[in-house]
Parts: sequence; structure tokens; C-alpha cells
Amino acid sequence: MATTKTAAAPDIGTVGFLRWMWRQLTSMRTALILLFLLAVASIPGSIFPQRGIDPILVESWIDDAPTAGPILDTLGFFDVYTAPWFAAVYILLFLSLIGCVLPRTKQHWEAMRSQPPDAPKNLARLPGYAEVATTDPDVLARVERVLRSQRWRVKSGVGWIAAEKGYARETGNLVFHLALIFILVGVAIGALFGWRGNVIVKEGGGFSNTLTQYDAWGGGRLASADRIAPFGFTLDAFRAEFDRREAQFGAPSLFEADVLVRPDPTSVDEPGRIEVNSPLTVDGVKVFLVGHGYAPKFQVRDSGGQVVFDDAVAFLPQDGNFTSTGVIKVPDAVPQVGFEGVFLPTAVLVEGAGPQSAFPAPDDPAVFLTAWVGDLGLDGGVPQSIYRLVTDQMEQVDVQIMRPGDVWRLPGGDATIAFTGYDRWASFQIAYDPGKELALAAAVIATLGLMASLFIRRRRLWVRVAPGADGDTVVQVGALGRSASVDVQPDIDATLGVVQGGHGRE
Amino acid sequence: MNSLAELSNMMVYATMLALTFAMVAFSMSFAAARNVRTTVAANVAAGDVLIGEAPLTPPARGRTAGNVGLALTWVAFGLLAVGVILRGVWAGRVPWGNMYEYSLTSALAILGVYLYLSLRRDVRWLGLFAVIPTLLTLGLAVTVLYTEAAQLVPALKSYWLVIHVAAAIICGGAFTIAAGTALLSIFRNRLPAGGLPSSERLQTLTYRIVAFSFPLWTFAVIAGAIWAENAWGRYWGWDPKETWAFITWVIYAAYLHARSTAGWRGNASSWIAIAGWASFLINYFGVNLFVNSLHSYAGV
Repeated sequence: MATTKTAAAPDIGTVGFLRWMWRQLTSMRTALILLFLLAVASIPGSIFPQRGIDPILVESWIDDAPTAGPILDTLGFFDVYTAPWFAAVYILLFLSLIGCVLPRTKQHWEAMRSQPPDAPKNLARLPGYAEVATTDPDVLARVERVLRSQRWRVKSGVGWIAAEKGYARETGNLVFHLALIFILVGVAIGALFGWRGNVIVKEGGGFSNTLTQYDAWGGGRLASADRIAPFGFTLDAFRAEFDRREAQFGAPSLFEADVLVRPDPTSVDEPGRIEVNSPLTVDGVKVFLVGHGYAPKFQVRDSGGQVVFDDAVAFLPQDGNFTSTGVIKVPDAVPQVGFEGVFLPTAVLVEGAGPQSAFPAPDDPAVFLTAWVGDLGLDGGVPQSIYRLVTDQMEQVDVQIMRPGDVWRLPGGDATIAFTGYDRWASFQIAYDPGKELALAAAVIATLGLMASLFIRRRRLWVRVAPGADGDTVVQVGALGRSASVDVQPDIDATLGVVQGGHGRE
Repeated sequence: MNSLAELSNMMVYATMLALTFAMVAFSMSFAAARNVRTTVAANVAAGDVLIGEAPLTPPARGRTAGNVGLALTWVAFGLLAVGVILRGVWAGRVPWGNMYEYSLTSALAILGVYLYLSLRRDVRWLGLFAVIPTLLTLGLAVTVLYTEAAQLVPALKSYWLVIHVAAAIICGGAFTIAAGTALLSIFRNRLPAGGLPSSERLQTLTYRIVAFSFPLWTFAVIAGAIWAENAWGRYWGWDPKETWAFITWVIYAAYLHARSTAGWRGNASSWIAIAGWASFLINYFGVNLFVNSLHSYAGV
């Protein structure tokens, strides 16, 4: 990756200009600058919230900064890793890489098939040099044999041999850079064909892998939703335990989901367990346990005593102690009723602070309900969130604290709501990434190549014999490291050892 | 069982004490070397005949101080190793559950890398650059980061914790030492101290340390990605910790390229090695303490 020094050249024409551009792009200096740019371009993504990670935080950030927010948004600071300027940097970097690696591969291919260069005239000028006298007339042949057995590439001439070793350094270097391209390909395949969805499943509830079952689903441009594996599972039980010791009070210590899995709709259920670090794999699709919460159970009767609602309702945790909020919508009651609720697994009353939970486990569960009567607005055809009550056409009637087993008679009628207990729910992320195996294999190969390119020393060694005084043979050994910081002394010493071995004389 | 934790804490304080004395000894060795330079300069000025160049090795007093510093560093390493192991025994798991424990092990890694180097060559001149960051890390650990260890949160219950964190921590130690040699190489010619290798040799040493740690860092990032795929359902999600690990990787990649680019080989490459270390520090402290990241479980 030699740097190209280019003088300002007039009349180079379009082809010449392109060639000049290409040379600039593939120079080491450009690669270096692009690496810096890549590092700098990555930073904003760790400072500003990112849509890919937390879209809600992004919106609130923009709302809080009415001037800077929209400008930063236009510039892509909330989607840094999909922004055109970020892509520009890494695409240029990879072009530069390809432009550098391909010619070097050709060079290396030729170097691998060629002989080491002849011994220079004056070995003493090399960075590593030593000479020694010996009485063995066949010393050169002996050294050659040893070098060959140590997998040096050896060329011999009259009175000298040339040897070279450590070609794997450059091989490793090239393999590393080429493997990086394959990592990028793996990432691209995942981004194009992969998909990811999230779903909340209550205890006793089931999930079957079709698009409509997901609370959220997102796929790459070429992901086909209709071809996703038709597996399903039922959440049999979910367990969560929390640390009660003072040091990390309330920190989770165990999450476990027991599930019954159906690999396809016709097959028999198989029991399985999903934990935080142990996902379930079905047909190349992975099911991860990513969250959990409580689903308080309610039974609502209308004024005639008829049951109009009887279900567990998933409430979303708002803090580490699982103070959870949710809504109950009862469209079958006349008039319609709705409740906004706060579920507290361990209820405490703090003056002026509102209902709060003190511990994430259900030690003393309670629910705070606000009842609304009127029109839930479900008939207008406008889709509604199941976690929000639209109260435009409703009237707030009362507020009530309930413990499990409590029944609350709503004011102005005989309708009742009973808080009958709670279930747990677990949220799962279900992901399919067909590119990850390629990315991993490429990453492993890249690391191996990198190690070869950094740990293997490439060096040349020359040995020359000349007749000395007293009929002795003087052996000169010279060595040269092919990259900076190569210490050739060990090779010199080893060769001297061979020369002196058996027939040596000081 | 609490007594084990207390014993571990005592070991940490004993380590800090030993390192403080080591720091004094290394400083004396440094200062003694400087005095030599000044004396030599004064003699030259006075017209004394000087054989050869200014002596590069510190006088006996400085050398003894350096040896004492090195011995104390070994003592500190042993004490801290015991402290870390006791902490693990007490908690009944690898001692990598929170920032306090990471910091203890990071300090151990800095000392470990330095002592490993000391077995292979004379690096008494580098002592201060190992002892000071270690003392700072430990100081921060016992004052700001101290946590009564508890169980691991479920997200950390994986054998990848051992692999991923061990690799990252060893890299942290090596990056710190490399930053020290890089800094010395830049200011070598302005430093009055004798006994220091030449700027070029310092650069070569920096390169060797980075060349050792860069593949290890690559491995740590890949191990982290495999773990993330298993725990969070994606191998790369640009979480701030992942982002800064990537930035650190890119900066050290730039360093290795700079080493073979004309005009960048010298001080410029040394500055890049220091920038890589800074990026590592941002990732280690900054992301855990100030940024909302998936890696922020590490109780402070």
C-alpha cells in the first residue's frame, strides 16, 4: 500500500484524471483519512438518541429542542448508521480497500511463486550480520538442508544461498482485508432479507408466527413476510426473581419462560424453556426473552349482573420496581366503560408522589383505577392503541384503590369491576437473520488473518562462504526484516548455531 | 462470609499502599537519572573531558530505586490478584459483575502487562506509566464505584461474560501501557531523564504492544457480538458501548496503517495510539457512567 506521489500533471485527459483519482483513493494516506472519518462519523450515534434503538426518545428529544432538533434530524443525526454521509464514508473505505488489496494480491501471488533474490554483494551492510569461520567444507549444503526443513524458501548459487520466510504475513494481511468485505456482505444480507418482530404473550396465552400476531414487525427490503416459518408456542409459565439483599435491592436475579413449542401447526407441543441468554431456535428463527411485566385480571359486570369483560390485561412497566400502567376497555357494556389503571406489585403510598411500587416482586399488589363512562370511540374505524384510552367522548366518574379480590361498584349504576388477581406476561423478540453465519465466519477468518499479518515475521537471509586463512571457510550470514520492527537476530543466531554445530570452531 | 469481602477490600488498600511506595521509588529513579544529565551537562560546560556520550543508564542510586519500584509492583500485583480472587470467591462467581469489580481487574491487567514486559526487557523507566494509571483506577474504584457485590443480573449469566470481559480487560491493560510508551516517545527528546530508550525504540515497543492487543480487541468485539446475538437477538445494534468499541477498533486500525505510511510513522502514529486509548477510556467509564446503554447494568 505504497503512497503515490503525484505531481500536478496537465493534459492527462479524462482517463488520466480517473486513473489519478483511483490512485488517490487507493493510497494508504486516503485509507488512513477515511478510517479517521469513520471513527468521527460514528460518534454522534452514541451521543444523540437513534431511531433504530429508541424512536420514542428521538421524538421527545426533537420536541424538546425545536430549533436544533429538526436541523439535526434533516442531517441524519438520529439515524447516523443509515445516513448517506455515513454510508459514503464506509463505501469509500471499502472501495479504497478493494483497490489496494487486489493489486497486492496479484503481487503477492507472483512473489509466492518466485525465488528469493540473489545475495547482495556486501552482506555486512544488512541490518543483521555475523561471520564465523568453520572447517566444514560442506557447511553451505548443511545450512541449506536445515533452512529447507524449517520451511524457508531457499535458492542457492555458487558459494551462497538466499532464503526467505514468512510469506504468510502478507497472506494473512490480504485474507484479513478480503474477509472484511465478506463481513459487510453478511451484514447486508441480514439487512435485506432479515426481519425482527416483538410480541407480548400473557401466561397461558399463545403465539403463532404470522404477521398479524406481532405487536411490532420490521423486515428488510427483500424480507418476505409470507414465507416466515409457521411455528407457534404457548407461554406456560413465567418466573422472575429479584435480589432482596440491601446491596442491589430489586435487581433481577432470574427470568425464565416455560413454553410449549409447536414447530408447525400440525405437530405436537414440545416443552421448552427460554431464558435471557438462551433463546429458542425454530427453523433458523430465534425467539428471545426481552422483557416481562404484570397482567392484572379483571371481571366487569354490567348493571344486569351480566359478565361483559373477563380477562388479564397486560400493563407496561414504567420503572425498575414495575409500577405499571395500562387500560381496560369494555365496549360491551352499556354505556361503554373504560379504566385507566396503575398496577403496583408492592404498593406504597407516598404523600404527593402518586401511586408507586417499592419492589418488583408482587409482595403487596394493588391497582389504582380511574373509571370513565361514555363512548370508547372504537366504532370510528380509527385504530387505537390498546395501552391508551381515548377519553374525548368520555366522562371521568371516580377513582379507586383495589387489592386482589376487591369488587368496586361504579357510581351511578350497578355495574361492578372485580380485581381478581394477576398473571405475568413476557415479551419476546423474534428474529431471523440469514446473514449472521456468513458475518461470523468472515469475522473469525479476519481475526486469524490479522493474527498472521501481525505475528508472522517476514525476513530474508543470505549465507555466503569464502575461503579464509588456514584453509578455513569463512561463513557470512546477513538478514533483513521485510517490515519495520522485525528483529532478525534470532535467525542470525540460529544460522550460526547450524554452522558451528558439530564442526564449528571459534 | 462477609469477612471475605472485607479481606478483599483490605487487599485492595494494601495494593494501593504498595503502589504509592512504588510510585515514589520510580520517581526517585527518574529524578536520579535527570541529575546525571545535569551533572554531565555542567561538566561539559566546565570543559571537562567526556568519554563517549552522556551516560544513558542512571547511576546506582537511581537503579536501586527502580529495582525497589519493580519489586513493590510485583508485591502490589500479588496483593491485588488475591483481592480479586477473594472477591470472586465471596460472590461465588467471576468477579466481573459491576464497575467496581471491572476496575479492580483492569488495574490488575495494567500491572500484569507491565510486569510481563519487565520479564522480557528492562522497563524500569516505564514504571510510573504503569503505576499511576493503576492507582487512579483503584482510587476511582474504592471511592466512586464501590458496590457491595450481589448476584449477577440474568443478562450477565453466560460463559461469554468470562471470555468477552477477560479479553476486553487485558486489552485495556495493554492499551494503557502502549499509551504510556507512545507519550514517552513523543516527549522523549524534551525529557531530561536518562535511562530511557530512544524515541524510535519507544515507537517500536508501542507498535509491538498494539500489535498484540489489536487482534485480542478484535476478538473481544466479536465475542461481544456473539453474546449480543444470543442475549438481545442481534449481533450488532450500535448500542453506545458497541459504537465506542468500534471507534476504538477503527482508531487502532488507523494506528497500524499509520505505522506503514510515510510521514505518519513517528509522532503522528504515537498520537493515534493515545487517541485509541482515550477512546477506550470513553467506552469504559463514559458509556457506563453517563450514557444510557444496554451495558449500563453494571451497578455503580
